[in-house]
Amino acid sequence: MAYSNKVLDHYNNPRNVGSLDKADPNVGTGMVGAPECGDVMKLQVKVDPETGVIEDAKFKTFGCGSAIASSSLATEWLRGKTVDQALEIKNTDIVNELSLPPVKIHCSVLAEDAIKAAISDYKKKQQIPVQAETALV
Amino acid sequence: MKLPIYLDNHATTRMDPRVFETIRPYFLDVFGNAASRNHSFGWEAEEATDKARKQIADLIGATSKEIVFTSGATESNNLAIKGVAEMYAERGNHIITVVTEHKAVLDTCKHLEKRGARVTYLPVGQDGLVDLDQLRDAITDKTILISIMYANNEIGVVQPIAEIGRIAKEKGVLLHSDAVQAVGKIPVNVISDNIDIMSLTGHKIYGPKGCGALYVRRRNPRVQLTAQMDGGGHERGMRSGTLNVPGIVGLGAACELCGREMAEESARLRGLRDYLKGRLMNELDEVYVNGSLVHRLPHNLNISFAYVEGESLLMGINDIAVSSGSACTSATLEPSYILKALGAGDDLAHSSIRFGLGRFTTKEEIDYAADKVVDVVRKLRELSPLYEMAKEGVDLSKVVWAAH
Repeated sequence: MAYSNKVLDHYNNPRNVGSLDKADPNVGTGMVGAPECGDVMKLQVKVDPETGVIEDAKFKTFGCGSAIASSSLATEWLRGKTVDQALEIKNTDIVNELSLPPVKIHCSVLAEDAIKAAISDYKKKQQIPVQAETALV
Repeated sequence: MKLPIYLDNHATTRMDPRVFETIRPYFLDVFGNAASRNHSFGWEAEEATDKARKQIADLIGATSKEIVFTSGATESNNLAIKGVAEMYAERGNHIITVVTEHKAVLDTCKHLEKRGARVTYLPVGQDGLVDLDQLRDAITDKTILISIMYANNEIGVVQPIAEIGRIAKEKGVLLHSDAVQAVGKIPVNVISDNIDIMSLTGHKIYGPKGCGALYVRRRNPRVQLTAQMDGGGHERGMRSGTLNVPGIVGLGAACELCGREMAEESARLRGLRDYLKGRLMNELDEVYVNGSLVHRLPHNLNISFAYVEGESLLMGINDIAVSSGSACTSATLEPSYILKALGAGDDLAHSSIRFGLGRFTTKEEIDYAADKVVDVVRKLRELSPLYEMAKEGVDLSKVVWAAH
């Protein structure tokens, strides 16, 4: 399969790889996928509680190149966004940006799920009511 | 050393230049139809195919008349299984095979099931081998055929064919073996192995694509097959169609070379394979070999790198041609059914790489591949949340995952 240049770029130079302190109340952690399905994404956001702006985002992904690229891209997009803006990121935006073929669309869905899971975790910690549709863990 | 490096010799092999030179005259000079009885063009072509029959027969302990030429192993497997099912329908309708067979066998069996045949799919152990007691127990008075591959195309595991042959003979059941991965690589003998029908193909043994053969026993017992294609009644009525003379000449030459060089070649490849395995296992933790290490083709290494997904690994080693059992590399998005059959868990199937060494593989290439794989696995583990969790002491099998 031929990969788009953007997928190759994220695979070769993944952005924001790493982990944040799960115990920090300002950190939200989302973990989606399953090893037997061949992909697991862990995505974390660190939010400034005053402004609600995501000041840091990190990921680790077990999965194909497109899954790695989708989560790497997601962390790039999350930084600087408010929590509510982050929830507006759609999997189709990721598909378009990375030119993912139809067989890899599930990678982008997983990335969107990871974003929602991380933010839902953050809101839970902050005791901000989570809307039903975003509670996707 | 030239990049990319080819380490996918279970998929296909590069033609041996000596085979190529042997085939060359059979396009422009000796182009006759081997079935033309009335002129020298035909005679020369027939002479060439007769020589090839002998070369193939000699490699597997058969006689020339027992070789039926086909277009390749998929056709050979179809002809063997469907041919027996039809020819011996009055005797019974039960076939025994194994879950790790090639699709050309499994799907042929499924096709026959739709038409009323009964098929038993034997499981394999964690080592990939069939259990002989289970085989014995599966045989009924309706069993007409056992079809078990000689060596597996993914994990390289070599089945105990001689023992299986003894059981089949004792019970009066025909034994077919898909031997495409074994012929020319390890000693295969249809007499001592008690094989009645056997599939082989040219392109796995440094010969041409599009040309295979089916060994069909003529004595003790005399096996008959119902032809699956109607036509001129070539190949003792079992396979009609003008013979592919250049292909057949190449298949014959490839068999002769394998027979001559097998001992030396398999020792060399075993050494390289074990060296590769040693390097990967010494330099990385949590690396698992899939399938028996004892009963295994000398040139096969199928290995799982825990916590790393196969396709992402292939992407990082893109100047090395190998295969993965990962779902992402298959058209169906399912991980390898062969690795799943070993019971190792889907996660290790997703993390597997198959190395297939071959006649042209060098030590330098193996070192390059080992360096690269070690480097990329380390990099991907840095990226892997599973590796991080495992290092923190989390038991991944206890985690409730959101399967999707």
